[in-house]
Amino acid sequence: MADLEDRISESQKMGMQILKESDDDRLMTLSVGPQHPGSGHFRFIVKLDGDYIVHCDPDPGYVHRGEEKMTEYRNFIQNIPHLERPVIHDSTNITYSYSLAVEELTGIEVPRRGQFIRAIASELNRQVYTLYWLAIYGIFLGHSTMFMWPTGDRELFIDLLEALTGARVTHAFNIPGGVRNDVPNGFKDRCLRQITYYEKRLKEYEDIFYNNPLVRQRTEGVGILTKEDAIRLGVTGSVLRASGVPYDIRKAEPYDVYNEIDFKVQYMKTADSFARAYVPFLDMRESCHILRQLLDKMPEAGEVRAKLQANPRGPPGEAYRRVESGRGALGYYIISDGTPKPYRVKISVGSFRNMLALPHLLVGAKMGDMPVIYWALNYWPVEADR
Amino acid sequence: MIKDLINPTQFNVLVSKLGDILVKALDKPLGYAINWGRIWSLWPVHLETACCSVEFGAASGPRYDVERFGIIEAFGSLRQCDLIVVQGTVTRKMAPRLRMVYDQMPEPKYVIAMGACAITGGLYVDSYNVLPGIDGIIPVDVYVPGCPPRPETLIQGTMLLQEKIKVSKIR
Amino acid sequence: MSSKTDQKDNSNNNYNIINNDSKTSTAETSATQSPPDSRQLGDIVSKSSSPSSPPPVKTTTTLRTKDSEPPAFEKGIAGEISANFGQMVQIIFIKPLRIKIAVEPPNIVKVATFLRDNLGFDHAESVAGTDYPKDNQIEVIYHLGSYLRDDLAGHVLAIATRTNRDDARLPTLINVYKSVEYHERETFEMLGVYFEGHPRNERFLLPEDWADIPPLRKEFRIKGR
Repeated sequence: MADLEDRISESQKMGMQILKESDDDRLMTLSVGPQHPGSGHFRFIVKLDGDYIVHCDPDPGYVHRGEEKMTEYRNFIQNIPHLERPVIHDSTNITYSYSLAVEELTGIEVPRRGQFIRAIASELNRQVYTLYWLAIYGIFLGHSTMFMWPTGDRELFIDLLEALTGARVTHAFNIPGGVRNDVPNGFKDRCLRQITYYEKRLKEYEDIFYNNPLVRQRTEGVGILTKEDAIRLGVTGSVLRASGVPYDIRKAEPYDVYNEIDFKVQYMKTADSFARAYVPFLDMRESCHILRQLLDKMPEAGEVRAKLQANPRGPPGEAYRRVESGRGALGYYIISDGTPKPYRVKISVGSFRNMLALPHLLVGAKMGDMPVIYWALNYWPVEADR
Repeated sequence: MIKDLINPTQFNVLVSKLGDILVKALDKPLGYAINWGRIWSLWPVHLETACCSVEFGAASGPRYDVERFGIIEAFGSLRQCDLIVVQGTVTRKMAPRLRMVYDQMPEPKYVIAMGACAITGGLYVDSYNVLPGIDGIIPVDVYVPGCPPRPETLIQGTMLLQEKIKVSKIR
Repeated sequence: MSSKTDQKDNSNNNYNIINNDSKTSTAETSATQSPPDSRQLGDIVSKSSSPSSPPPVKTTTTLRTKDSEPPAFEKGIAGEISANFGQMVQIIFIKPLRIKIAVEPPNIVKVATFLRDNLGFDHAESVAGTDYPKDNQIEVIYHLGSYLRDDLAGHVLAIATRTNRDDARLPTLINVYKSVEYHERETFEMLGVYFEGHPRNERFLLPEDWADIPPLRKEFRIKGR
């Protein structure tokens, strides 16, 4: 029995290793741990001097499932259900980037209608992701109406995606070569009706959340990330655009059919947490315009995917493609050595890059501002850990 | 005769016999009442383990409202919770913390294993950092399959747990 | 509402409604692109149709070259690098929007500083390490991008270095690009490459009691396969 107790105490010591740090000054070490309503499945250790944070040390890895290693044991098509799990509610974008890279390696070409359907699914998924993010942001600030409304509206988009792909969140819809199946009948009208309803709804969100005086007070001026710092730290996505850099992969490096779509990159110059909370909202509104144009321009008939091969393979080479997802630039670096299985897949996710801004912004802030700053960085722990 | 009854040993026997009758009379209704209270207020610990947490969040939304079953999301302290829903993959780094969280909850506590990864490791069974199922660390009451399970499946799993609690003896 | 929509008015006593109608500032990429002709390679190019559409939109980036001549703008960049460093860098390929160069480990900091200061690549997007047991080497490749320069908007420059597998040490680029801090730490724990000068070469994502070889090496086999 003593042996068992020894082993239990050893494992407890491993988990509580931060308590071994000597607090010989007035600082208090606090572990905002993997079980915390304000942090999700991510831990960071903060040292507090009274109410102010003086040091922050992120500790990810609680959902590290070894995606990059596991992709080397499956061929290109078998990797698709695997690779959509890191960010399960934005799964179309992460497999979109993968499909683009594999198409470059293997030389498969995507028919035009397939490209449009891919882009439509990607935009719908962007809405789904941003609404979930907004819901959690609302509940972090204690605004439970802002949890219920986006979660409810999100279900309408999930209905559309379920009609299109067959599953609520894990679509497995994009494959190298196009999409799996065609849109159902009446999809375009349903989509347009939904977008019309949704644009009215966005005004209501603005009224209750972004113009709410309490939310404004809590988020304005909190966690300022200047433009030079944002570029130096290499952040991406809405965090970058809230600091005044109008960079969007859909404009900088248009993939598939995005060069035919007319839209504007939404950015703000104030660089505080309110800007980081507002830019995704502006993105959602712009995404509605993009969806209308895509539905308009989609060719009426045509193939949706290239001929499906069992084991696509290409000559030895490498490819690096990026896609603008809900959190920022999602890049895939794939090295192939001529076999149907990839040699190395490196996923460059927006959350991992934005994590660098967390210690930079939290130092000097008050503890009460921690959820505001943390979730405004658009961080999804499962994706950062892969 | 009464003097016979009220001497010490006989009094003990009398009291114990009265106690037996009382327990037999009250056991079933009291147990039913306590179990009824437990069923309709299962508060889960806020432990988002992995990607199934998105479907748990959707289950708390307005369409699949689990609050009508008494399950409140976004709860603060785990010392007041009695349900732990392990949502998804448990990695080797997370396993000691999961055990610590389970130990800190007061009795009676129930465990729902949600998602294929919590049951057997799921899609990631051969990964180097993933535990093949959580029933090696904590005792599981209900397994909810799916990858991820739909919110209705989660609600069905909760109702199964309710059935299980209804027939259990109060401790 | 006189204030532009993208600048929130700081004197916010009466809850300025954010102007819903006019959009935020546009951010079209500047017209100083390389001429589109050098980029129309491959079949799935959708020509930008009418000259009345405002700024010239970029054509679809199909990144398979049909002709063997690399595109002009990227060639210019590669030429500038070679002119400055000569034998120290080796150009591996030049594709539309992608350039890859290879540098020896002692020179990498110098080359990276030149790329940041003179050519305008101001951040590093990702750091990937690959294990090549056949050559007994580990290759670490940095992908650099540019946020501020409009003509480099979609370009990604990849710098590759190789080091010996048995004693993998590389100089760190953290003083040139701060954004590689966590990426290099992850490469250390996943592949065992020690970055000299990096403040924390420690484990990051793996559990605290990890006692095995670095997982991304090729001799680490997943169980059952």
